[in-house]
Amino acid sequence: MQKLTSSPKILVFSTEKISDPGIDQAGLRKIHYSPSVYVISVPCSAGIKPKWIMHAFAQGFDGVFIAADGHECSYTPKCSELTNELIEHSQKLMQAKGIDPKRIRMAAICSVCAEQFASHMANFTRILVELNGKAE
Amino acid sequence: MEEKKKKRIGVYICHCGGNISDYVDVAQVRELAGKDDFVVVAKDVMFACADSNQKDMVADIKEQGLDAIVVASCSPKLHLHTFRNVALRAGLNQYQYVQVNVREQCSWPHHDDRKLATGKAAGLVEAGIRRVMGAESHETIRVSAARSVLIVGAGVAGMRAAISLASIGNEVVLVEKAAEPGGKLAGRKDLFPGDVSGESIVQDLAARVRATPNIKLFCGATVSGVCGSMGQFQVKVNVGGQPAEDLEFTVGAVLIATGFDPYKPEPGEYSMGSPGVIPIGEFVKLVESGSGELMHQGRRVRSVGFIYCVGMRQTKGKNKYCSRVCCSGAIQASLSMHRRYPGVQAYHFYRDIRAYGKQEVMYTESSKAGDVYFMFTEKEPPVVTADGSGAVIKVKDSLTKKQEVEVPVDLVVLVTGMVPQADSGAIAASFKVPIGADGFFNEIHPKLRPVETVINGVFLGGSCQGPKNVTETLSSALAASAKINAVIGKGVIDLDPVIARVDSSKCVWCGKCAAVCEYGALVEMERDGRNFAIVDEPSCVGCGVCAPVCPTNAIELACFTDAEIEGMIDGFALDQNINITETAAAEESAAPSVTMKEYPAQWHMILEAMKDGPISIPDIAKASGLDASLVTRHVMTMNRYRVAEPAGLDDSEQYYLYQQKS
Ligand SMILES: Cc1cc2nc3c(=O)[nH]c(=O)nc-3n(C[C@H](O)[C@H](O)[C@H](O)COP(=O)(O)OP(=O)(O)OC[C@H]3O[C@@H](n4cnc5c(N)ncnc54)[C@H](O)[C@@H]3O)c2cc1C
Ligand code: SF4
Ligand code: SF4
Ligand code: SF4
Repeated sequence: MQKLTSSPKILVFSTEKISDPGIDQAGLRKIHYSPSVYVISVPCSAGIKPKWIMHAFAQGFDGVFIAADGHECSYTPKCSELTNELIEHSQKLMQAKGIDPKRIRMAAICSVCAEQFASHMANFTRILVELNGKAE
Repeated sequence: MEEKKKKRIGVYICHCGGNISDYVDVAQVRELAGKDDFVVVAKDVMFACADSNQKDMVADIKEQGLDAIVVASCSPKLHLHTFRNVALRAGLNQYQYVQVNVREQCSWPHHDDRKLATGKAAGLVEAGIRRVMGAESHETIRVSAARSVLIVGAGVAGMRAAISLASIGNEVVLVEKAAEPGGKLAGRKDLFPGDVSGESIVQDLAARVRATPNIKLFCGATVSGVCGSMGQFQVKVNVGGQPAEDLEFTVGAVLIATGFDPYKPEPGEYSMGSPGVIPIGEFVKLVESGSGELMHQGRRVRSVGFIYCVGMRQTKGKNKYCSRVCCSGAIQASLSMHRRYPGVQAYHFYRDIRAYGKQEVMYTESSKAGDVYFMFTEKEPPVVTADGSGAVIKVKDSLTKKQEVEVPVDLVVLVTGMVPQADSGAIAASFKVPIGADGFFNEIHPKLRPVETVINGVFLGGSCQGPKNVTETLSSALAASAKINAVIGKGVIDLDPVIARVDSSKCVWCGKCAAVCEYGALVEMERDGRNFAIVDEPSCVGCGVCAPVCPTNAIELACFTDAEIEGMIDGFALDQNINITETAAAEESAAPSVTMKEYPAQWHMILEAMKDGPISIPDIAKASGLDASLVTRHVMTMNRYRVAEPAGLDDSEQYYLYQQKS
């Protein structure tokens, strides 16, 4: 596969009302993060299907990052718990395919978290570079 | 299924007047999109949201028989509805439209790498195309909206909005943390412009608030809890008392009107803390408290020195903005002083005088009254020495070629501006409303949606959003009231049809989905001896939480179906196979170019206006005498031909500045 850049490709699932504005804010303030980061918005992080995560890995993504509302979720107080469950479930599916469970991560990103988002992307990129190195 | 049929898609990629095209090779992205089998129309346009482009899109949809459209532009938070309306006007279902964010999530954060930004933009557009291919048609759904509003803060903004909303039939819960309403204007006498006092404005508003039966005013109160969403927020108000009591209300919308705090000079800043050095707020109180002889701490004051922009317009510091009201506030205070205490001499030490609009008249009046003005630069601020027996202000006056001047005065007044209100962070956290880099609350868009926030149903009014004088405060409070009434006034709100659905043929009724749904929206059904789940549509809020727990993947959320999400992932994956390296470089070097001789005459006029550095379009128009819309078009073309370039926002963050390209 021809790659534009060797930088690891990250799929971010982000919540429409809380995390998206934070990510947009990073752009608005021209805070740099890797151009290999792609964002899909969803209403709630607890609604992400493990099937989608597996599809991303199958399509060549190096990592999946879940930008969640944490305790801020306006839909369900069990948001963090349920998001953790779907991550654990995904990690089982990943392990079965030989994908390192460290390739999925979650953090709470809210509408004021522009810098935090960029630094999460930088850290995750570093981790994925290391994992990619090991895999070779 | 109708949806699965191959669609005829139109793709529009926006330059955003350079905001996108400066960092992303939009022509390349358009070309790549055009190669897609289903894309019938692919265009790159200067401003996708412009009326003319919207008309072209409607024409394209009709003439080319398009089934779906993709616009790659700014964040969908800004223009989703603009383009959904374009679809509707062209007779297309509005959900056959997908907006791709190539500005906030591509050209801006990746402005430092044109190649990678272009590659990503191509991937984003491809994802949009694939998402719209899987998109289904929907109708909007209705929820009931409580015709009541929570207003936080009973300054002039909060009170004015309360009266307006109540007068058109809404219930208002007005929460003020201080013991009395009125905010910063309570007790104030002389205000610019005109001769109405702050006190009388506050008293009049407070009397009307108290006389209006459908406004409940709580003073000494704070908001202690918020949940729910637009149309039905459940809020808790701590109304104080012993023991403190919480009252609960259901409101359809929320208005934040928590105002500002005056900037507090640091100890030692212009000798702050020394006797005879006070901030403007204190000076105004002193002046307004009497007449005859002006006294401060037992000493007669015969001369006053005002130092402007204290804590504001810091190129390197935190408060980069201009507070807009302080120049006029200081001039007003000086005039008020002359009226009440004739014979006191005023000296003004300023960086620029921003007495805009009608306030200019006061500036003239103050000069006529004998006030003396000295100009200084940020790099060489005045130096104040004060020892209790008087003060000396030393300044290099820019108006007289930086001649050093020493001015002895009896009182130094620090003209401080506005900073974000102390607990705006806590308010932001409870309503999840974003705060900008300057610390004030952020609207969705300063020009297009100035009183709305990204949180549906939460609005902003007055100076909590940024420095505003009373006129501007009241305008924004009234604009927010009108917006709020437009949202809740009908008692129903049309929402996106994002709700779950169960494929009954796949469901084995395990009950897992019902167990996680907070809204009791999944109910058991029995038909033909089989039990399965169905969604009670009015109860479903569209969180999608039920979908991942289903062991048979029987649940899909409208607008977030497997086809749409996995389609997007496929689109993102695709850009990796595009080698844009050579073409992009070639394209870049083949960027349109013109020589000086070929410049249209008006370009020279515009360049002349730019010769002293970055300048806004309205200012170019003023300087050159050209029509502003003509200037806009020229500047966009000059940007494209690399003759001029954007240079960031101006201090007021209202206008983009442009400069000659070096
Ligand atoms: C020195 C000075 C001079 C000025 N002179 C003029 C002038 O001459 N002419 C003019 O047009 N403008 C003038 N202004 C500007 C004017 O003060 C503002 O435009 C106006 O006060 C803004 O009103 P507001 O309602 O937005 O905010 P505020 O007046 O700040 O009111 C906000 C209210 O919200 C309350 N609040 C805050 N947080 C909470 C919370 N968490 N819960 C509940 N309540 C809360 C506060 O207690 C306050 O009552 C001047 C400003 C300054 C600093
Ligand atoms: S209005 Fe602007 S220029 Fe004038 S004193 Fe305030 S910050 Fe300075
Ligand atoms: S989408 Fe949310 S509210 Fe709707 S049925 Fe599923 S869990 Fe319940
Ligand atoms: S989780 Fe899936 S299988 Fe179980 S009841 Fe719900 S829809 Fe049916």
